[in-house]
Amino acid sequence: MNLKNILSQFDLVGQSKKYGLSVWQSPQFLFLIMGIVIIVSTLTIYIIGIRYISDPTIVALIVLLISVVLFIIATIITQSFERLAEASRMKSEFVSVVSHQLRSPLSNLKWSIELLTSGKIGSVSEKELEYYKILKENSDRMVELISDLLVVSRIETAKLPIKNSEFSLIELTEELIKFFNPFILASNIGVIFNPDKNLPKVFADSSQVRLVVENLLENAIRYTKGKGDILIKIEKTNNHLLFEIRDNGVGIPKNDQKFIFSKFFRSENALKHQTQGSGLGLYIARAIVNKSGGKMGFKSEEDKGSTFWFTLPVKK
Amino acid sequence: MKKILLVEDESALQKTLGEVLGQEGYEIFSALNGEVGLRMAKDIKPDLILLDLILPKLHGFEVLKGLKGNEETKGIPVIVLTNLESMADIEKAIELGAKGYLVKAQYSLEEIVKKVKEVFPEEL
Repeated sequence: MNLKNILSQFDLVGQSKKYGLSVWQSPQFLFLIMGIVIIVSTLTIYIIGIRYISDPTIVALIVLLISVVLFIIATIITQSFERLAEASRMKSEFVSVVSHQLRSPLSNLKWSIELLTSGKIGSVSEKELEYYKILKENSDRMVELISDLLVVSRIETAKLPIKNSEFSLIELTEELIKFFNPFILASNIGVIFNPDKNLPKVFADSSQVRLVVENLLENAIRYTKGKGDILIKIEKTNNHLLFEIRDNGVGIPKNDQKFIFSKFFRSENALKHQTQGSGLGLYIARAIVNKSGGKMGFKSEEDKGSTFWFTLPVKK
Repeated sequence: MKKILLVEDESALQKTLGEVLGQEGYEIFSALNGEVGLRMAKDIKPDLILLDLILPKLHGFEVLKGLKGNEETKGIPVIVLTNLESMADIEKAIELGAKGYLVKAQYSLEEIVKKVKEVFPEEL
């Protein structure tokens, strides 16, 4: 171990970057703090020894013993932090590498199917088109799942990039309602949305919030079986806008409600009525809202419907 | 006829992109690794380079550095076409002089063709 290696251990900023952690979480910083604690406690014990115990040998032994114990504890703590940090970094790297490796063949599939169905390399019968459609839908599903997994990985390693700006939540909602219109019509559902146009803009990452509203709207449509209505409201409350979406769909069973924001969780009702879905949408939605300075929640009754809501800060 | 160099190690993508861009009237050149890509860029001097990042022999960023560091090739517009989508990669590509950064999984073939056409506005 040369001097350079020893000195590099004290490069707290460099070491914390290596693990993708903030300085106060990095093992080296914690070890430094522990070292300071050891020194301070040793001095304290020494002073107590001087005042209350006369035999210096006993004092020295007590000091030494306590130092050894503290050092052992510190080493164990530091090692376990290092292992945690390394595992986290490897997991994050693994997810990035795997998702890239999975996306590559999916891109190949997606574009080949697109070329085949475009008619640019020969005509395609209606029957063939039907099966190409199945291929396309399933490869799209896989692409979406991988994207969701990547987002989840970034949420967990606190690397979700947020680019805040002022935007109109009303306009974003209207765009998404328009986007989902074919699905809404095909599902025989009415969407009621009459916002007050004078509401202020919100301050958040518009592309992330789009994912949230898209997820809630899509869930409301998917889980409303038969004729139904979806009511969307946006109101101002203190320094936030409150977005609320109510459906009269299948609802969430009481026993499942506490897990609804957990990763990969799909309630029994969801599985019964709708086989697609990764179970990541609400987990991601809530993480985005929390990171944007808002809150998210819901209330629901089985077979009656659900109301999901979230708040976002208004631009000051 | 505008020349496009595709630096992409996936031969399936070379085929589909090559087919679709060829039908749009572009002359397509293929490189299956970074080293060949850099060499071909200097030889052919294409009007546009579509550059993957994860490449054998030479990483896409090294290819980009090589292109922008050479008098003969620094003016050729480069669009990065990859499945890597971290902010860090996007920022690095732009810093190194890429004209655009497209994540393959997020674009259809038609949208890629549109983006390519935007590089040659006189043709629109």
